[in-house]
Amino acid sequence: MRYNEIAAAMIARAKELLSDGTVNRVIGWKRGEFCYDVTPAVFETAEELEKDFVYDAFCGANVSKYLIRESEKPGKILCFLKPCDTFSFNQLLTEHRIRRENVHVIGIPCEGMADMRRIRKAGIDGVTGIREEDGGFTVETLYGEERISVYDALAERCLSCKSKRHVVYDELIGEEGEDHPDAPRFEQVAKLEEMTAEERFAFWRGELSRCIRCNACRNVCPACICENCVFDNPDSGISQKAAADTFEENMYHIIRAFHVAGRCTDCGECSRVCPENIPLHLLNRKFIKDIDELYGVYRAGEKADARNPLVDFTEADAEARVVHERGKA
Amino acid sequence: MQVNEQTGFVPTIVAFCCNWCSYAGADLSGTNRLSYPANIKIIRVPCSCRVNPIFFLRAFQRGADGVILCGCHPGDCHYTTGNYYTRRRMTLLFSMLDFLGIERNRTRVEWVSAAEGQKFAETMRSFAEEIAALGPNRRLADLRCREDAEEGRDEHAV
Amino acid sequence: MLYLPSVKLNAFLEKTAEKRKLYVPVDEEPGKSSYRPWEPGVVVSRGLNTVRSAKDFFFPQTENLAGFRIQNKKIEVLDPRKETEDFAVFGVRACDAASFGILDKVFLSEPVDTYYKNRREHGLILTASCRRPAETCFCSVFGIDAAEPGGDVSFTDDGNGWFLASHTDKGAAFLGEVASLLEERDESGAEAAKAKTREIVARLPLSGLKTDSFGGGKTAELFDRPEWAELSEACIGCGTCTFVCPTCQCYDIRDFDTGREIRRFRCWDSCMYSDFTKMAGGNPRLTQKERFRQRFMHKLVYFPENNGGKFGCVGCGRCLRSCPIHMNIVKVMKRLSEDDNEQ
Repeated sequence: MRYNEIAAAMIARAKELLSDGTVNRVIGWKRGEFCYDVTPAVFETAEELEKDFVYDAFCGANVSKYLIRESEKPGKILCFLKPCDTFSFNQLLTEHRIRRENVHVIGIPCEGMADMRRIRKAGIDGVTGIREEDGGFTVETLYGEERISVYDALAERCLSCKSKRHVVYDELIGEEGEDHPDAPRFEQVAKLEEMTAEERFAFWRGELSRCIRCNACRNVCPACICENCVFDNPDSGISQKAAADTFEENMYHIIRAFHVAGRCTDCGECSRVCPENIPLHLLNRKFIKDIDELYGVYRAGEKADARNPLVDFTEADAEARVVHERGKA
Repeated sequence: MQVNEQTGFVPTIVAFCCNWCSYAGADLSGTNRLSYPANIKIIRVPCSCRVNPIFFLRAFQRGADGVILCGCHPGDCHYTTGNYYTRRRMTLLFSMLDFLGIERNRTRVEWVSAAEGQKFAETMRSFAEEIAALGPNRRLADLRCREDAEEGRDEHAV
Repeated sequence: MLYLPSVKLNAFLEKTAEKRKLYVPVDEEPGKSSYRPWEPGVVVSRGLNTVRSAKDFFFPQTENLAGFRIQNKKIEVLDPRKETEDFAVFGVRACDAASFGILDKVFLSEPVDTYYKNRREHGLILTASCRRPAETCFCSVFGIDAAEPGGDVSFTDDGNGWFLASHTDKGAAFLGEVASLLEERDESGAEAAKAKTREIVARLPLSGLKTDSFGGGKTAELFDRPEWAELSEACIGCGTCTFVCPTCQCYDIRDFDTGREIRRFRCWDSCMYSDFTKMAGGNPRLTQKERFRQRFMHKLVYFPENNGGKFGCVGCGRCLRSCPIHMNIVKVMKRLSEDDNEQ
């Protein structure tokens, strides 16, 4: 199914569910100024859906976190979840953050999401329109048309997509996809592990020193659900508004990743939103890789009643020194 | 006091000790007149599980060159299972610090029971030797807190 | 008119860096650049805008204001100030150059912020005209001419080099300093380059944005508009837009105890944060709607009201590119003035 066909089916189904009273709101993506700047939005009428609802290769934003708030409101809300979004949704259900009875979930197919940054990185700027054709994208710019392959335009997280299967839904549009257990999700982490400590340190200094502490990675994260974050609480002794020292850059990112370890579904939103393109997902993937290797393969969000490996143990667990005994120092 | 003979470096080391085993172990090593380096600053915690990653990072921020966590042996936790959680948590934290290029020997977990005064003193000695050999913590230190560090941060470096 | 051919750029930068620290935009990867200290071998980015704006040079994200050391019963006040070093920033675009006019209104009116003032006095702004504006640019909406970037010395790019013009005494003195590297060329080349830039700007998709519904005196009209709720509903409350913005100037002052002394520093703050207006007795902006409204009302209504009609936005388009959910000042303006700006 092409995105325009999927979108048409979504709008038609949403209108049905609105008119028969199953739901009173729909959360989805709203058309922007350009072809790529869609915004998550709640739609209440068929007219609004007709006018502004979109689903295309730029709907990367994961709407599951909004359901924490939306599912508290009266009435049922319809949400469209891409396969990776369903993992986040399931994880939130596990943690009792979403009222399941107030949400009607429709799983939608995803062919991978495009990333404007990667398109700009290919030297294409001044983008005014994008058409999908001949197995690639034709990009209209202020300075003429350009071509880019789907591979070069896809978000990094989609190139290593973990699953096209929906782990939770009430109904599906299109065919159910498959898991990709062999997706190359840990290639970059492994590459870093192969480096010496000095090289790794230099790599992360280069990346983390660009951090402007905008908190976008934290605020967008469907696993970051504390009502009062430790970094916003002056009584915690570590609250920081800006990283006044390189230590604080490290501190923030270590703790951010640690607090979602075992709960992170690897949706990749942290890296998507970072204005400085810091590959934050690598920190999360490092935890996932370690957990998989040390405590058995665990996919957060896959099962709603699963036990997070960080609040679990076996007597035979490895001692902490194992991490000192492997790889390069 | 543990000193690096070549450089004259005197490390600062923080040891988080659980109240029921390791802190009592430290006590026993004292009553047995076993010595361990005076660089070690012990912080007593109710259980090794009380220690979260922020404790480690704060210690490093505030000038520690090495941080060690001691608790009851697995299976002997006063609260039955606390140290099992500690073990997983610290394993992942150390792995992350290693991933960020922080010297891996600056952190350690050891299980020391209340009867192991000897082991406590030996563990502390070996850890202090290791840290003295490693030199001052620079990669995970807050330079504002280090007397011996020149702050090189360029306020303009955007 | 004075002209600097591209081949002499490195010699020019070297000469400029002799007397001051020089910062130039450098490509981190195609389409993404940031300011870096210049040194021989550094390649200057020809890309459009840095991810962060040039305001950082005058109003850095963190800045030490003072220090205190307590010994016995004596308090010693320490002076960590170092904002009196000469520096130059090369390649500032018209939007960022215009942002200094807005920041000046805030920091240079009484009581003057001496940290900012010192940096302004010691900073030399070398601007560059735009040859390839992006679809997110809308500086012309606020009366900024991408072809005439201003600053101390403006550089009009014709593709092979730059026509230089000084706009301040500081700029004129600087041109004298580098005169040996410059050639004399006919002004018509500069005019042709400017005309080309203006022609592109005129057909940018956002250039037709209307500002008539905004400005001083519109508070009552706009404050309670129902659209604020839907505009802000997806906002995740991060500070990205405020931190990449060249005109956002809110800050917090904090103390840090180093164990030996207290550091008093200021750092950027964001009106998008939930604790921004938190105070004893509560928080007047309880939900993201109020915080969101504040940011745009400030730029579009309160600031012009207090500053002779000058809007608090320069149309650089950074927030359009960086916002995680793609909500931005353009969408706000269009939604709130649908009669003027048909969608």
